Amino acid sequence: MNLQNIISDIEKVDPEVYERTSDRRDIFKNFGGVGKKIALSALPFALGGIFNKAYGQTTADIIGVLNFALKLEYLEFNFYQQGVANAALMAQGTPANTAAFTIIRDHENSHVNFLRTVITSLGGTPVTLTAANFDYTARGAFPTWNTNYDVYLAIAQAFEDTGVRAYKGQAGNVKSNRTVLTAALNIHSVEGRHAARVRLMRAGRGGAGAITKPWITGKDTSGIGPNVQASYNGEENVTQAGIVITNINGMSISANAASEAFDEPLTAAEVSAIVAPFFV
Amino acid sequence: MQTKSEAINTGVVEEVIASPNSRRNFLIKAGSLSMASAFVLNACKKSSSDNGVNLGSGDFGILNYAYALEQLEAAFYIKVIASPYVGITAVEAAMLTDIRDHEIAHREFFKNALGGNAIIGLDVNFTTIDFTSRASVLGTAKAFEDLGVSAYNGAGQLIADVNYLALAGKIVSVEARHAAAIRELLGVNTFADSSVLDANALDKSRTPAEVLAIAGAYINTKIDASNLPS
Repeated sequence: MNLQNIISDIEKVDPEVYERTSDRRDIFKNFGGVGKKIALSALPFALGGIFNKAYGQTTADIIGVLNFALKLEYLEFNFYQQGVANAALMAQGTPANTAAFTIIRDHENSHVNFLRTVITSLGGTPVTLTAANFDYTARGAFPTWNTNYDVYLAIAQAFEDTGVRAYKGQAGNVKSNRTVLTAALNIHSVEGRHAARVRLMRAGRGGAGAITKPWITGKDTSGIGPNVQASYNGEENVTQAGIVITNINGMSISANAASEAFDEPLTAAEVSAIVAPFFV
Repeated sequence: MQTKSEAINTGVVEEVIASPNSRRNFLIKAGSLSMASAFVLNACKKSSSDNGVNLGSGDFGILNYAYALEQLEAAFYIKVIASPYVGITAVEAAMLTDIRDHEIAHREFFKNALGGNAIIGLDVNFTTIDFTSRASVLGTAKAFEDLGVSAYNGAGQLIADVNYLALAGKIVSVEARHAAAIRELLGVNTFADSSVLDANALDKSRTPAEVLAIAGAYINTKIDASNLPS
């Protein structure tokens, strides 16, 4: 990685960069202070951090968003960690499902480690959470979370779908740091892949979840019920940027398809309210 | 100013040209647009460019870039459903029909959002796809969906207006759901494998240039992305 090239690239993107900071030398000075402490792979994040202030979102704002995301990743990781380790629970599913949960667990663990590195590189302090910080019964809403496989699958689906909506809701809040924004988007879509896989598992189980599609139809919980309704409220939206999607331009697009075609964001406050019962 | 064949390819003109009194209708239609003169001028510029269809600059450029990709995906799935591959199951047909409708919804959304700034309807080229073959169709679907995910992820940082960024976010996770679902049809637990994820379990994003180099194999219309933000 060539620092000179990075600075040149920023000049191309933002010709006024020197007006936003004091001068070129100042950038190197700022950078030098951070650079000593961080790994080479984290350099772009740190560099982005230097410019955040100039674009209106402070580094503290961005660290706050990343720590919020980190908490959600911990929530997911510990859920899968305990589920995969629970032989009696996994035995109720198929070996393929167990393998899927193991893959997803490993991804969430990678996301935890990645977010910790980015937060640290920006000069922040990542939160640290362990299994003891979580109550997956959600204060009694899911008492059989680790004994009933269908309940476990239902919670997994709600976590992934909520995770997608949570990242989506924060994209605008990290926009000033292009590297962080891109990383957040690249996690966001992985959560979407997870959500689809978990939803396919529920479809494969039959019963109440048999209707589940890889995408969200209306605000339907796909048979899970009122305990997770808040994770789906708002997904029934069929108007985007003032444009009605249902039967748009004379095409035969049902309201269901119109809602499925666009996932909807949740604010940090909405997400916090949804996941709060899972935190001790 | 324009030859008839060029005019056929230019958005609003497309639906008018087929009707009688087309010139008069065109003028009425064009007059109803808020920026009629700009639109006509734009149409001429696009059709006369040696570099092909110009996506334009700024956020409209990025929206046109997305519109181009959605056109490609929608055209593909329309054909898949119109002539299903041999041995397609009811579950697969239902899934692919849903995806077709989602991609049409995306395509038409961008068309309307762009209005007079929208590029023409692209001429797609699916000659390398065997629509009777499950492996060929699903393999292509997988490639298109993964490409779409990487394209939206890579374009996010190029968008200026936070509302457009939000819209891209609303679409990309649906593309990710499509990608995972198609991948599971081809191989269990390939929904997010190392061919699309990096060592940190992040999806790999692509630049517009990288995406168009891949998508170009399926599009006859030449696309000029030189004015896109970087």
